[in-house]
Amino acid sequence: MVGVLALQGNFASHIHILNKIDIESRLVKSVEDLSGLEGLILPGGESTTMSNLLLRDQNFIDRIKLFSDNKPILGTCAGLILMAKNSFDKKVLNMNIIDIEVNRNAYGRQVHSFDDSISVEYKNNEPLSIRASFIRAPKITNIGEDVEILCKYNSEIVGVKKGMHMAVTCHPELQDEVLLHKLCFKS
Amino acid sequence: MSQEYDFKTKVALAEMLKGGVIMDVTNVEQAKIAEESGAVSVMALERIPSDIRKDGGVARMSNPHMIKEIQDNVSIPVMAKCRIGHFAEAQILQALEVDFIDESEVLTMADEHFHVDKHPFKAPFVCGARNLGEALRRIDEGAALIRTKGEAGSGNIVEAVRHMKMITSELKALKEQDLSKKAEEFRVPIALVEEVVKHGKLPVPNFAAGGIATPADASLMMQLGAETVFVGSGIFKSSDPSERAHAIVQSVTHFTDAKKVLSASYNLKDAMKGLLMSDIPEDQRFSERGK
Repeated sequence: MVGVLALQGNFASHIHILNKIDIESRLVKSVEDLSGLEGLILPGGESTTMSNLLLRDQNFIDRIKLFSDNKPILGTCAGLILMAKNSFDKKVLNMNIIDIEVNRNAYGRQVHSFDDSISVEYKNNEPLSIRASFIRAPKITNIGEDVEILCKYNSEIVGVKKGMHMAVTCHPELQDEVLLHKLCFKS
Repeated sequence: MSQEYDFKTKVALAEMLKGGVIMDVTNVEQAKIAEESGAVSVMALERIPSDIRKDGGVARMSNPHMIKEIQDNVSIPVMAKCRIGHFAEAQILQALEVDFIDESEVLTMADEHFHVDKHPFKAPFVCGARNLGEALRRIDEGAALIRTKGEAGSGNIVEAVRHMKMITSELKALKEQDLSKKAEEFRVPIALVEEVVKHGKLPVPNFAAGGIATPADASLMMQLGAETVFVGSGIFKSSDPSERAHAIVQSVTHFTDAKKVLSASYNLKDAMKGLLMSDIPEDQRFSERGK
């Protein structure tokens, strides 16, 4: 059973992807919903809104951090921002699950959003190409020593892996891509 | 590799706004309060609907300078309204890089027969609807998001409930009907009607708007099937905007949990006064505009 944080955002599209690869799922709206989960997804949406709701419940934040000690977390877009070490905005929560620095809305407003192919470089396998949507997406500006590169778009790093955790700046789930969900929760 | 931007890219932003609250704001200060209270987006407009109703006169697109100031001061998406059919206002809003354009019945209509052809625009559009036919006509014109019209500026939820239930019941009944007749009645291509029947829902997200004033109103609309709520006059016409804004945000997240909606509602002061539908003459109802 994999949980999808459902405070706000496109949690439904992640549930759809998990269904496609036969992983049971559950919406996570409060601390109690975390119990018994094998993994967690932090979806896209507005990072300020999710932060606002999380920051009023420190216990929830602590429990997500504790969860990350033993179980994999996959973050997309706003989810990546929540998992980062720093996104340089005091309104936004950074849980420091992956040692990366992030610049929010780095491509600009919605008229600069786009879909394109990104390459997924997992362990020593041949890079695989998947589709992803970049929606007012953030950019990763710095990565820590123990962080591996997972996805690239042209020469930019758009996905990272640290231990069992993965995070991307874009939305493969909106393009019906299942690869990252499989890698994070099935291998 | 080449970047693509198509209809799906427009709908994707609406997907990101799900489970949230979009708030009407008239200045930078209100926009900041909205963002700090957890709004997923703000609608920048010079006058909120209840004041437009009170002031009368022609209501147009807001001053671009005012919209720009708000864009410069918050990091969440900023929406703005153009008049129905006023594609030149929409072009200006797109040039300003507004994240969503609301072709809105709250403003005075510019074209009594045609809405904006929204397909050529890069900026996504949201449009109001009272029933399935209106929703599908707007989607056929290129809208990436539908909201109930409700009755903006009334503080009265009755019309939003009517419109949401109407759309839901028409969606449900559709599969047993003659689709080519329905397509003709709705004045949309049959392929669109078939797509709706196939998926059992609209091809774009469906939000609620028009008359939401309390956390309970927001919970009601979410339970009736809305995927996000717009709150217009309800927040900044109340006596406690910041607390009310956050309470409505919490209520939308936890709409299935009455105890959490209760605790969000607990310490609020007075909601906006509100109008009975019988107090609004039919020719002054915003929802009658743009069918």
